[in-house]
Amino acid sequence: MSVAPHRPPDRGNAATSHSFGPEPRPLSLLINGEVRTALADPATTLVEFLRDALGMTGTKIGCDRGACSACTVWIDGEVAASCMTLALDARDHSITTIEGLARGDQLHPVQRAFIEHDALQCGFCTPGMVMSCAHLVNNNPECTLDDIQAAISGHLCRCGTYPNIFKATLAAAAEMRAAGSEESK
Amino acid sequence: MSSAESFEQRSLHAGIVGETLQPVSRKVPATEPPEWPTNAELQVVGKNAPRMDALEKVTGRARYTFDVQLPGMLYTRVINSTVPHARIKSIDTSRAEQYPGVRAVHVLERLLMAAELRDSSAEADERYPLVRFNGQPIAAVAATSARAAEAAARLVRIEYEPLPHVTELEDAMQPDAPAVFPGPTEQSASAGGGGAPRGLPQKGNLRGPSKGGSRGEIERGFREADVIVEGEYRTQVQTHTPLETHGIVADWRDDELTLYSSTQHVFSVREEAAEVFKLPEEKIRVVSDYTGGGFGAKYGIGNYGTLAIHLSRKARAPVRMVLDRREEHVSVGNRPSSLQRLKIGARSDGTLTAIQLRSFGTGGVAAGAGVGSCQHSMYPCPNVSIEHYDVFTNAGPCAAFRGPGQAQGIFAFEQAIDALAARLQMDPVALRNKIDTRDADDVRARAAERRIGAEKFGWSKRRAPGSDPGPIKHGLGMAQSMWPYIVNSYTTCELRISGSGSVDAFCGTQDIGTGTRTVFAQVVAEELGLQPEEITVHVGDTRFPPGPPSGGSRVTSSLTPAARNAAYAAARDIANRVAPLLDVKAEELVFRGGRIEKRDDPATSLAFAEALQRAGIETLVHRADRRDDYAGYARKSGELNISPHAIGGVQFAEVSVDTETGVVKVERVLAVHDCGRPINPKLVESQILGGVIQGVSYALYEDRRLDAATGVQLNANIDQYKMVGARETPAIEVHLIELLGGQSSTDARGVAEPANVATAAAVANAFFNATGKRIYTLPMTPANVLAALRSE
Repeated sequence: MSVAPHRPPDRGNAATSHSFGPEPRPLSLLINGEVRTALADPATTLVEFLRDALGMTGTKIGCDRGACSACTVWIDGEVAASCMTLALDARDHSITTIEGLARGDQLHPVQRAFIEHDALQCGFCTPGMVMSCAHLVNNNPECTLDDIQAAISGHLCRCGTYPNIFKATLAAAAEMRAAGSEESK
Repeated sequence: MSSAESFEQRSLHAGIVGETLQPVSRKVPATEPPEWPTNAELQVVGKNAPRMDALEKVTGRARYTFDVQLPGMLYTRVINSTVPHARIKSIDTSRAEQYPGVRAVHVLERLLMAAELRDSSAEADERYPLVRFNGQPIAAVAATSARAAEAAARLVRIEYEPLPHVTELEDAMQPDAPAVFPGPTEQSASAGGGGAPRGLPQKGNLRGPSKGGSRGEIERGFREADVIVEGEYRTQVQTHTPLETHGIVADWRDDELTLYSSTQHVFSVREEAAEVFKLPEEKIRVVSDYTGGGFGAKYGIGNYGTLAIHLSRKARAPVRMVLDRREEHVSVGNRPSSLQRLKIGARSDGTLTAIQLRSFGTGGVAAGAGVGSCQHSMYPCPNVSIEHYDVFTNAGPCAAFRGPGQAQGIFAFEQAIDALAARLQMDPVALRNKIDTRDADDVRARAAERRIGAEKFGWSKRRAPGSDPGPIKHGLGMAQSMWPYIVNSYTTCELRISGSGSVDAFCGTQDIGTGTRTVFAQVVAEELGLQPEEITVHVGDTRFPPGPPSGGSRVTSSLTPAARNAAYAAARDIANRVAPLLDVKAEELVFRGGRIEKRDDPATSLAFAEALQRAGIETLVHRADRRDDYAGYARKSGELNISPHAIGGVQFAEVSVDTETGVVKVERVLAVHDCGRPINPKLVESQILGGVIQGVSYALYEDRRLDAATGVQLNANIDQYKMVGARETPAIEVHLIELLGGQSSTDARGVAEPANVATAAAVANAFFNATGKRIYTLPMTPANVLAALRSE
């Protein structure tokens, strides 16, 4: 499974859509639980909006055509390539970026496991990798090596950290399972 | 250092820890710290401290050059040539200049990275640099938005007078091939390697031969041989493809030029900027907090940086220049291709009598397509004949790439040795035991690595070639690694220790993802009895003391002794001041577990910070240099020193070959390596994993493809330039030995390149064992594999 561009629901009713462009206009998006507003023109991709308009540079661009997944974010909790998603199409959706994954100083188990297992070198692919692996363990704490390979098969890491990403994600999943069974007691 | 400096003879240890450690006598500068014991007896060094910048990386807080955003910063678009070879008749930038939002346009006056004509008069009348490859940068636009820069760039009109071109190696070698250059060329070595000897003959596109490493009488060597193996090996062009493309943010001010650069060496950026812009180096500051991969291609300012600085100077505003993925593949470096005709003669006991190599390689418009040093330096052989030719083609310039030359060279050479073993009906490991006999650390390391590796890998289960009866055939292979142990002079570390106990460590070198910050902190922490996280490390800034390039596997070997020396000097200074408080002699004090305590009497002690306060220390500053290796070097060239002892490594691979489809799969790899004293085994392991994965990727998939008719790269992206991903990653096991050489105050060496150069050959040798056929051509795509299987 590679990271697909986000597909907006068919709005159908023209009355609910705003006219937009070609000049930049204020655009409000729900990002990491906060409404953020900045200027954007219709061609602005979500990753451009995050990085250039809002200064949220944690999300990277490696190829700008949906082939490397460095730009992975969550839209309504699903992984999406933010370089292949227009910012306008993210209206009325909830976006989570790498900056919003930790709760304050409390890292996501995948972030902690990446540190512990040294699942990064240069680190440029890391935010995207973390978003995909965190999505996997959140949704499937029973995940196997095969699931992890599927989850990150659209991601490129040129430093070759894959074996440590596998280990880290399996460890994070085990931690999620342990936390889950703790809660159910 | 002053000439009055005193040296003393010391007894140190050398050998493999747990196996062959022996005392050695070395002449050592008297100021050098005493020898460290083995890692097992150290507190912090040799332990797996977590990577210091990992938190910044997993939270997205790490600021790469790609992320630098300055007030008023302009965005850029480069105008690249759309033809492979042409004279530029005119360039009209007027419409671009008038486009709304455009602040500056600049046309390049000189092309960096390419070879230059020995006699420049041939093109002296040209107003613009000749276009010699499709995608060559010509000009750039800076505007208030990326959108405006892109639109304006389309308005630049360039009138070309096309010239005939050639893009393929063997076409370019023909006497009647279109000439890429009108006369002989020169290219000096770059900071990242590459370059070529001066004054070589050049005929058409063929520059050479260079004969470095030749010796003896080759014909006599073949006459003395009982067996001769011969082969013609081909390797492809590989592109670096760092996840962060080349990029620079240039901020030209009247008093200082600041460059934020995605680079492997901030000082090389400063040096080239100073040269191109005729500025004193003191007026240039280069900053690199994080670099998103380099692999050899990120040195200097390059053409993109030149454009960015010009644009910033013209616009009087900061300018962001970040290449797109196509530009990254095409114009800022690649590993040259090679065609290697290799002939080896040996006696029936395996002793080598002759090695003959005639090789060609193309680095496009750049020289430096050599195939390494393994042929003449790895195994003793009295008769060696080497003739190498660089072949120019109308393609983007090469650059150093992880194990430059050696990866291509070892692919051919270690296959030839494997072929020799087959001819002699010797086990490939046994043949290496017989011929890998120089008197050097890497040789001793590989001997242990072969033994350990063969046992761990199950080498004894290796069967005769082509043993599997079905269409899918499995096989085991091995190959050896060799990479010079390099030390960079001019490496200085500075420590600042405040009375509150905070420790700041400074060196200008950068951390491109290799773990430099972490090993730096570990070494300082070890000496001061602290934990690595208590040391604040500052790197990646030309305002800090000089440090090595992150290339040539030389950062850890260069940096850590300087770091330890500075920390040792600081510790001795502190001990002198604290001793009276504890009523002991300074020599009796040791730094351990966050305390300064009397040796053998831990009760007589003070906590580190408390001791500094009680001693009335406000700030201590200590600086120290990387001293030369105690036993000296084989060669010195500028800041680069090459030890007579190299770095070894042995890799074993298991592959499966589907003989019906031609699909090769690497099932598992065992990588057994040495890097002197491992400062952080976990980080070393990470780098070895990466080296193996890049090696598998090179062996099986990567292949830059140019369209011969237009010179356009057909796969200048990430979806069609195929690389190893999660699905193709084999099971990899890493085993590390601890090797001491008695050469420096840490005895650490690098590992990035040794981890990469042997992989393709190990895979190829496993292919032979699986199929009984040799694969002479990389990458091992189905087409190349099926051709190999059909061959006689």
